Amino acid sequence: MSTLTDPPKPGFRLSQLIYDTRYRSITIQVIALALIVAAFWWLGNNTVNNLNALGKDFNFGFLNSAAGYDINQKLIEYNNQMSHGRAALVGILNTLLVAFLGCIAALIIGVFVGVLRLSKNWVVSKLMAVYVEGFRNVPLLIWILLIGAVMSESMPQPREFRGENATQSMYFSDNVAVTNRGIWIPRIGFTNSVSGEEAVAPVEGAAAVASGGLDWLLVLGTLGLSLFAMRLVRQRADRIQQATGERPTTWYQRLGLLIIPVGIVLFLLGATIVSPYLKGFNFTEGIHLRNSLIALWFALSLYTGAFIAEIVRAGILAVSKGQSEAAAALGIQPSRTMNLVILPQAMRVIIPPLISQFLNLTKNSSLAIAVGYMDVRATLGGITINQTGRELEGMLLMGAFYLALSLVISGGMNYYNRSTQLAER
Amino acid sequence: MSDTPITYVRDTMLPQQAPPTSEVGPVRWARENLFSSPMNAILTILSLYIVYTVISHVGPWLINGIWDADSLSECREIIAAKGDGHHSAACFGVITARWHQLVFGYYPSELYWRPVLALLVFFVGIAPVLFPSLPRKLFIVSMVAPFLCFWLLWGGSIWLPISIALGFGVGVVAFKLLSVSVSSLVAIIGAILLPLIYWLYLSGPLAAGLASIVPLGIEFVPSRSFGGFMLSIVIGLSAIVISLPLGILLALGRQSDLFIIKTCAVVFIEVIRGVPLIVWLFTAQLLLNYFLPPGSNFDLTLRVIIMVTLFASAYIAEVVRGGLAALPKGQYEGGDSLGLNYWQSMQLIILPQALKISIPGIVNTFIGLFKDTTLVVFIGLFDPLGIASAIRATTEWNGIYWELFLFIGIMFFISCFSMGRYSLYLEKKLQREHR
Repeated sequence: MSTLTDPPKPGFRLSQLIYDTRYRSITIQVIALALIVAAFWWLGNNTVNNLNALGKDFNFGFLNSAAGYDINQKLIEYNNQMSHGRAALVGILNTLLVAFLGCIAALIIGVFVGVLRLSKNWVVSKLMAVYVEGFRNVPLLIWILLIGAVMSESMPQPREFRGENATQSMYFSDNVAVTNRGIWIPRIGFTNSVSGEEAVAPVEGAAAVASGGLDWLLVLGTLGLSLFAMRLVRQRADRIQQATGERPTTWYQRLGLLIIPVGIVLFLLGATIVSPYLKGFNFTEGIHLRNSLIALWFALSLYTGAFIAEIVRAGILAVSKGQSEAAAALGIQPSRTMNLVILPQAMRVIIPPLISQFLNLTKNSSLAIAVGYMDVRATLGGITINQTGRELEGMLLMGAFYLALSLVISGGMNYYNRSTQLAER
Repeated sequence: MSDTPITYVRDTMLPQQAPPTSEVGPVRWARENLFSSPMNAILTILSLYIVYTVISHVGPWLINGIWDADSLSECREIIAAKGDGHHSAACFGVITARWHQLVFGYYPSELYWRPVLALLVFFVGIAPVLFPSLPRKLFIVSMVAPFLCFWLLWGGSIWLPISIALGFGVGVVAFKLLSVSVSSLVAIIGAILLPLIYWLYLSGPLAAGLASIVPLGIEFVPSRSFGGFMLSIVIGLSAIVISLPLGILLALGRQSDLFIIKTCAVVFIEVIRGVPLIVWLFTAQLLLNYFLPPGSNFDLTLRVIIMVTLFASAYIAEVVRGGLAALPKGQYEGGDSLGLNYWQSMQLIILPQALKISIPGIVNTFIGLFKDTTLVVFIGLFDPLGIASAIRATTEWNGIYWELFLFIGIMFFISCFSMGRYSLYLEKKLQREHR
């Protein structure tokens, strides 16, 4: 706007605000601003009037009052005497859980299908095309309901696992039970737990186990250190290769670094696998994956996986054939061409839409309402709103949560884009 | 040349021999495409096994489907009477018995011609936009079509849509008069403000007055009666039609040099895109009454249409922005150097190219929008899924799942898939670059 600092010589006339391009932009913006302020004032005024008419006020105090409802899936300690705020947090964590699981599964499915769809094998590529088109062109909600119905209608009941001549049996040598009430998988317990939690025997006669946060922190910390050490080994190999041209063989060192420390920690903690078993009318012990989680997770990953497959395919097709030919001409082994030449270039095309698919998946997880999964919309935006009558505050908080999540992810994406962009003139 | 005598010289051509059977026809094709390597062979066999499993399980269920039954128990009796010994047959009777409900919801059955006619009017209206070879005079139909469709669907007095349409007339007249007499900026402001004032204060009394003088109208159908695929199509098509121009304006706003306009566009787009549609739908259901003047009662279906439109327009804006950003800077500078003003250069130079680039994205947004219309079931509207659960709640069809899901899924698949194909066709047709 350098022109604005240059005042006109013959004095200022009012009509210049309309006719002179130097001032017109200011006029437009001032009018726009006035209209927007007026609109917001009107909306705010209406809201205040409506709230007064209903005898409501606007405060977030309800977050501290007792929630009074139960949540069937919780990642942190929660009972119905705890506050609405805590319930909202449980819901947020559930949203993040299904989003995280969904993103991983969708990525795996998407990469597999995307690569297989490019396969020269006619049957495979057509099968993958059917999968992609089928999932892309049918609403996600139908898939969620369908998979939810499959889980609750077509799976065996727990009592069919009972007795000598049970009609159903558990999978993986009695470790995984698939029933119409959800899937039970084994969990890991520690006999020498350091978390200070009271150890309980899962089955009578078995060793008492506990599994607290501290135990897992120890395991994950060790894993992190191992990964760091593996990176150091690789960097050393890179340096040697740069200096001498010979790359030392490091895979056994890195494998050892990955497995041995974690194995030692697990052994010292006395890790044991606790399998689910039938007790009364239902399975007990192990980890219970509810139907709602399974249906939502599978549907989200299959649906988003179809979109990711298309992105991966487009990314690989975007790298011109000359690149792989040039790599071959330089004498790079075919097995390393993919890693060194094709993927780095395809990634630049793949990553931005991939992340926006992850974002879509996270937002789509709000369809949890269809199967009764207790995500943030069900707790904060559902039961809490119904119980306290705080629609305005509840919806604002929920919107703010989703918005913050989106902005953080898209901010990260923009940062990545800037760092990998090709430098142009 | 050696001295040894030549003992044999071929003096006739041998007929061409057929290539070995492993190198022609289906065998060769299979060798090259299906079994070129051990890995490929494993994949082929695995896929064929999957296909076989699916077909062997679903095939009989589909083929033995019962199409003429009025309830689930009747359908199961027919299956049992067939005596296959197992219950693997679909009860498609639910689709034939409840066909009208699935398509029209609770719309009065003697008025089914109205939505059908409205759809026809819509297609006639959209035709000159989709196919440039049609006569330009058809654009008159395009301009009348939205109001005619509105009137046909909801019914009531004919004067309401006419008086609303008059608002646009007021805008156009104001723009024409002011741009000649004062300036284009004042004309634009006038063309926005005057219709708003007209709609807020004049159009209601005008319609009521005209209706009391000449009571002309058809039976009014409340929004609660809308349902089934008709509701999806009404929400989807109106959102598509309105969100495209809105999205283009937003995209232009986001690319604008004017700071305040740009900020507003960015905030609007990011807020709308950052929050899931379902939250916006609940906002429309629970909160919109807070924001409107006390006592105003706004139809839920219209609220949903507005919300879905705003939602889609933010996505369209991002797609169009991609198209605008992809144009080389020389195009903008070329427009300026020709002496065109902002709107002229946008209309004649920038947008035609930018929209062409954005077509796949725009159609994808529309496909997503159409699929998202199923979400309205959560705020109590009877979209196909809502109708499906209503059917399941009746005594006749209690316990039926797969047939309804399959039917609804296939209907959505057909419409979305054909939209996708149309976008591919359009992309190819508009492709001007040499390839």
